[in-house]
Amino acid sequence: MLEIKDLTVEVEGKEIINDLTLNIERGEVHVLFGPNGCGKTTLLMTILGLPNYKVRKGSITFKGVDITDLPTNERVKLGMGISFQHPPEIRGVKLGDMVNIAQGRKEGKIDGDVIELAKRLNISVEFLNRDVNRGFSGGEVKRSEILQLLAQSPDFIMFDEPDSGVDIENIELIGGIISELLDRNKMPSKRKKAGLIITHSGFIMRYIKVDRAHVMLGGRIACSGMPDEITRNVMENGFEKCVEICSNVGTV
Amino acid sequence: MTKKDIIERAERARAKKAALGKDIVIDNYVTGKEHDTLHSLDEFPAEYLQDLLDAGIEPTEKDRAGSFLQRDCSVVFSTVKYPGLELMSTTDALKEHNWLKDYLWKAVPVDMDKYTAEVELEQTHGYFIRSEAGKKVTMPVQSCLFITTNKIGQKVHNIIIAEENSELHIITGCSVSHAVNSALHLGVSEFYVKRGAKITFTMIHNWSRGMEVRPRSAVVIEDDGTFISNYILMTPVKSLQMYPTAYCRGRNARATFQTIVYAPGDTKVDLGSRAVLQGEGSKAEIISRAIATDNAEVIARSDVIGEGANAKGHIECRGLMLSDTAEIDSIPELKATRKDLDLSHEAAVGKIAEEGIQYLMARGLSKEEATSVIIRGFLNVDITGLPDALAREMKKMFDMSLEKVM
Repeated sequence: MLEIKDLTVEVEGKEIINDLTLNIERGEVHVLFGPNGCGKTTLLMTILGLPNYKVRKGSITFKGVDITDLPTNERVKLGMGISFQHPPEIRGVKLGDMVNIAQGRKEGKIDGDVIELAKRLNISVEFLNRDVNRGFSGGEVKRSEILQLLAQSPDFIMFDEPDSGVDIENIELIGGIISELLDRNKMPSKRKKAGLIITHSGFIMRYIKVDRAHVMLGGRIACSGMPDEITRNVMENGFEKCVEICSNVGTV
Repeated sequence: MTKKDIIERAERARAKKAALGKDIVIDNYVTGKEHDTLHSLDEFPAEYLQDLLDAGIEPTEKDRAGSFLQRDCSVVFSTVKYPGLELMSTTDALKEHNWLKDYLWKAVPVDMDKYTAEVELEQTHGYFIRSEAGKKVTMPVQSCLFITTNKIGQKVHNIIIAEENSELHIITGCSVSHAVNSALHLGVSEFYVKRGAKITFTMIHNWSRGMEVRPRSAVVIEDDGTFISNYILMTPVKSLQMYPTAYCRGRNARATFQTIVYAPGDTKVDLGSRAVLQGEGSKAEIISRAIATDNAEVIARSDVIGEGANAKGHIECRGLMLSDTAEIDSIPELKATRKDLDLSHEAAVGKIAEEGIQYLMARGLSKEEATSVIIRGFLNVDITGLPDALAREMKKMFDMSLEKVM
């Protein structure tokens, strides 16, 4: 579904991602660990095609289409979606409007099925009528992002720290819906969606089964492996140590 | 003040330049020929229909408590469907009600400037709207001041009175035919909100690039009275200057001004709202949103003057710049004259945030669509205090005018 080859990315003249290669197949969900500043979010924003993220080398192919130079909305039309970590507030644009936009609808009214979707995330009609992200708590931001994704129903979804700033109760709720969005509750042969999840803490991993885990360090994928193993190593030993263990395994 | 005194004052102010705004040579504009009266609004020539609709006027009069239409200098239609509601030309009203003369020039000084003087000396009608004591007319009254003739000078004097414990909702549209290259609109409006009464006044200005416009409005609000003004301007205008003032005279008198301006082309507007909080516990809120694009110049003024005990006032004005050759001057002012007041303002002028555009693009919108959603959101002030049906209608009108400019 997504094929990243030898990708080098600059942000404001500074190289953040360096020769990165990553493949995510249809039906797969990958998780990306890494310390702050290692380039995780940059990778997501580059896949999404935001203008400040300049691809200096390499290519990104999505569903067989070279999207390296496509504008964001064209990538979204091909079936890409994202849950932002810190989405901006927009005055006068309500969460309900965002849900309509994500669903590809023009009208301003909040429809019955939008209200139904919102209910699943414990989002009230009053909340749908609030300006998007304005004064939202950490958990509200995540639920709002995931509601928009539910409406959009993309084939490939990126999640930037879906568990940061969320209380335990909501992590469970969010984890359940992310699993559903990514076909995790279906038999492996029936899974059509794919995903890439960034997590700093790894909490969300308790609620989502993933196929592969990577550790990112200094703009590269430093090690990859089975999610259980990598998660355990990262949680017990930290990122650098985990990478060390990975590379030792490689040399033996 | 006798009629003679008023005329003398007006004569003396005939050459008095206004404190704000470019000086207009009134003599460049003339009083036109009389137009025939209509039996119903849909008799109005079809070529003007769109301009009427754009000013928020419903030609079928559906869901309207009354309708008033002045074409150039002639009142061509006036009807009222509700008992307890009066609607007619000011000229007729002055003949009908001997007491009405006591309301003339009580809120707006006749010698304020040459424009008020001109309206006194060369008045061409205007409307009189009054709700009787205790009558709550929730269905809106519509009035339209329409210009169809080139070089015309429309000089109206409007009087609006909500008697004690009554309620009055007004939609007023000022519009001009596409065929008019140049015209002048002078409009004096005096509002009287009596004890416990409420007036909501929603005004859509649908001008064109040749129009010079000088409204002069003031509101007197008694104990527990409420005045809410919603003003929308989305079309170009050559020159428009106004600074409506609400005098919250009574205890707990309340005034709200909401102004939404989208200024394209060579538009020059100087728009202000002022509240003078005289009554104990009186309150005012001034909200404005201005967008300047192309070569437009917008001055957004707001002023709250606190004089009464425990008065409270807040100003919130935001400007959005869409062009390097446009200009927005945001001038919020607060004046306190005692210690138990609570006056505040927030003002901001900026550009469209890139992050917002990217966020919307990440949900599938093109850059242009995203920009338009953000502009719509910026101007989208939730209009409070209107009856539900009117609020819905306002939203529709707002969407329509926005669609036209975007």
